[in-house]
Amino acid sequence: MERFAALLDALVYTRSRNAKLKLLADYLRETPDPDRGWALAALTDGLDFPAVKSATIRNLLTERVDPVLWTLSRDYVGDSAETASLLWPEPPHPPSPPSVSEAVDALSRMTRATVMAELPRLLDRLDANGRYALLKLATGAMRIGISARLAKTAFAQAFDVSVEDVEEHWHGQQPPYAALFAWAAEGAAPPATENLPLFRPFMLAHPLEETVIDMADYVAEWKWDGIRVQVVRAPGESGLGETRVFSRSGDDISASFPEIATALDVNVVLDGELLVRGSHQGGEAGGAASFNALQQRLGRKTVSKKMLADYPAFVRLYDALIVESEDLRALPWHARRAALETLALRLDPVRFDLSTLIAATNLDDLAAIRERARDDAIEGVMLKRRDSPYVAGRRTGLWYKWKRDPLTVDCVLMYAQRGSGKRSSFYSDFTFGCWDGDPEAGADLLPVGKAYFGFTDEELKWLDRYVRNHTVNRFGPVRETDKSLVLEVAFDSIHFSKRHKSGVAMRFPRISRIRTDKPAHEADRIDSLRGLIRD
Amino acid sequence: MARDFSWIRPEPWGIHVVPADCWIDPSQPVDRALVTHGHADHARGGHGQTFATPETLAIMDLRYATREGGHPAAYGETLTLPGDVRATWIPAGHVLGSAQILLEHAGGRIIVTGDYKRRPDPTCAPFQPTACDVFITEATFGLPVFRHPPVREEVGKLLHALAANPDRCVLVGAYALGKAQRLIAELRAAGHSDTIWLHGAMERMCRLYEEWGVDLGDLRLVADAKKEQLAGSIVVCPPSALNDRWSRRLPDPITAMASGWMRVRQRARQRMVELPLIISDHADWDELTATITEVNPAETWITHGREEAILRWCELNQRRARALALVGYEDEDD
Repeated sequence: MERFAALLDALVYTRSRNAKLKLLADYLRETPDPDRGWALAALTDGLDFPAVKSATIRNLLTERVDPVLWTLSRDYVGDSAETASLLWPEPPHPPSPPSVSEAVDALSRMTRATVMAELPRLLDRLDANGRYALLKLATGAMRIGISARLAKTAFAQAFDVSVEDVEEHWHGQQPPYAALFAWAAEGAAPPATENLPLFRPFMLAHPLEETVIDMADYVAEWKWDGIRVQVVRAPGESGLGETRVFSRSGDDISASFPEIATALDVNVVLDGELLVRGSHQGGEAGGAASFNALQQRLGRKTVSKKMLADYPAFVRLYDALIVESEDLRALPWHARRAALETLALRLDPVRFDLSTLIAATNLDDLAAIRERARDDAIEGVMLKRRDSPYVAGRRTGLWYKWKRDPLTVDCVLMYAQRGSGKRSSFYSDFTFGCWDGDPEAGADLLPVGKAYFGFTDEELKWLDRYVRNHTVNRFGPVRETDKSLVLEVAFDSIHFSKRHKSGVAMRFPRISRIRTDKPAHEADRIDSLRGLIRD
Repeated sequence: MARDFSWIRPEPWGIHVVPADCWIDPSQPVDRALVTHGHADHARGGHGQTFATPETLAIMDLRYATREGGHPAAYGETLTLPGDVRATWIPAGHVLGSAQILLEHAGGRIIVTGDYKRRPDPTCAPFQPTACDVFITEATFGLPVFRHPPVREEVGKLLHALAANPDRCVLVGAYALGKAQRLIAELRAAGHSDTIWLHGAMERMCRLYEEWGVDLGDLRLVADAKKEQLAGSIVVCPPSALNDRWSRRLPDPITAMASGWMRVRQRARQRMVELPLIISDHADWDELTATITEVNPAETWITHGREEAILRWCELNQRRARALALVGYEDEDD
């Protein structure tokens, strides 16, 4: 555990990507099995101990320190595990740290009934850094700036294998990844996976921004506003065929979308956008409802018949990775597209359709078409290099996303709360409002949204100070400000909402500018926000 | 019966001693100021008369050229002010010349601590607990998560990083008044006798400390160094210079910062610090609560910092307490 704790601390304080990779790679090379496997799982969010949650930590601590002092401390530090590691009473005897696997064993044996007695025993064997590492391991939320991708890259670097191979063999493996280490570190055969319905890493796009590209080399496609999914069917262990729907992060969401899972009878790996039938996006021809409609279906463990009927889901196909055990990923996009078009003819048209291509010969044409996207309630357009292979992650020059320009309104800062992670201890989560009428005639501000990004680090410091110096009220961790600061808020779209008193809800709101030049009474009114709704 | 302390009034810009019409650590120019110590958030230029320890006056003179109107008060010396107020400067252990100010009037005793700490510091006189009716305390690190480790451990971390990276230098961000000199003195006490290199902004204050009898060993300016001379050495700069263009002249520096805030990982990350050194010139939670217990005042007033938590602690310990909403005290760089 000391070595793992030291690794976490070193990672927290290391900025350079290469230095992080080296720290991780050294650890993975030098640490024995199964400790290194558990550590890797912890860093890639592959561990889950149902008995140990953030609330468990709070309960443990408030048995030992005053609850008010716990809340004030947690609020200040911005991280439960770290707060607890610092507040935990120093044990009388010197530390006798468990190994990582010993800790994992103990954590996985804990139940809700035993955790309050068992977890303290582990914590009492560690110093403050060890307690931090243990609680991070136990609760999963690392927040130390290490993505799963970076951890996999480090794994590849440690054992001199390609990161693509690591990605490929990763899924379907369980911690502590004995087969994966045997393959990479000792040259054993890679784990056999081809008959399993496994997630393959997505190919992602860079924002186009100022890049100028030649449309002769690229095709354009609508960027539909749903969620990116991968639909996988494979023979499975039974050999009868198993289908999985994976979200962009690789989470299995098949249970929420049974109609997709049961509609496929070909062994394939397909990339597409999960949508609900409707006419909101792109009208009748577009055939897709708003993101709001899809949201009704997300995150459900079971789905009622009514849900299935009211919000019927389908997948709009973008790409084909594997068709009937033929891996197409190394082929150019146009070859995969041809295979996808052929395949689409064999699929259930109710559940699968093809994302159509946009005819545009140059960027100006495309810009004009993209301009219309807002009226059509589509997120924007995608640009894909005609000869691009399907590669994991974001590779420069292959795929671009070109979102339509955001909408902006001027709002008034109303409340602020301290952030978490890298914004910890700064007032960085802002609630802002617009006027429900004429402010000169006594109108009120109603909250219209919340945002915690969009600003630079310098602006954050400024905003933090502003909040501290303009607080009129405190409600626990929330500060109410004097409602004098105008913030320009950018967002992708705005919708009717019954959950908010203002009656509207923004999608992807972010602070785009601090308008110290504008008095609060000149901020926008809710009426003008409603005018932007395209529901 | 609770005594009447209305002769002292906390206002947003300072503490007003009404009968003497003077202000303690005012954040704007006043006719008569009583100053606890030389940090910019407590000591500002432009006052008519300034009462402070000779060390603090020297520091203020260095910073604001305030030679005029200075009235020195040595530790333990009592000055009689108008309106039958007596003021005594008592060591606070924060930085060179730092003092608590004991005010006596109408049979009541009030102490304004300014900033203080309880740990030994080779560069200043130690905090002297003194009985009083009202104890007006700071609470910069007034949260139970703040427990500063022993200074020796942190200095050990610094020397270890130095030894492990002979081709690099360790660049330590430290507040120019107090923290820098204390860090250097602690390094000397730990046996580090090599040249320590200074950012230009640190020089005058280090010289002032030396003039007041604090031995800091061999100090030289980075501006006078060749790049290769700096490899394997310690460079001290103000926190603001850590990520400044200035530091690009250094040989692959390891960025360190000496501050109580370094206890919280994300705070260190926000400052882009690779080697956090938890060294503070303020009392930590245990010191704050132990000091209130030891001084045992009838009332505790809290000037600035995490006042909610200290208030809560007072409540849990059946102590009368209130938070004063003073503005302008910065605590971010300690």
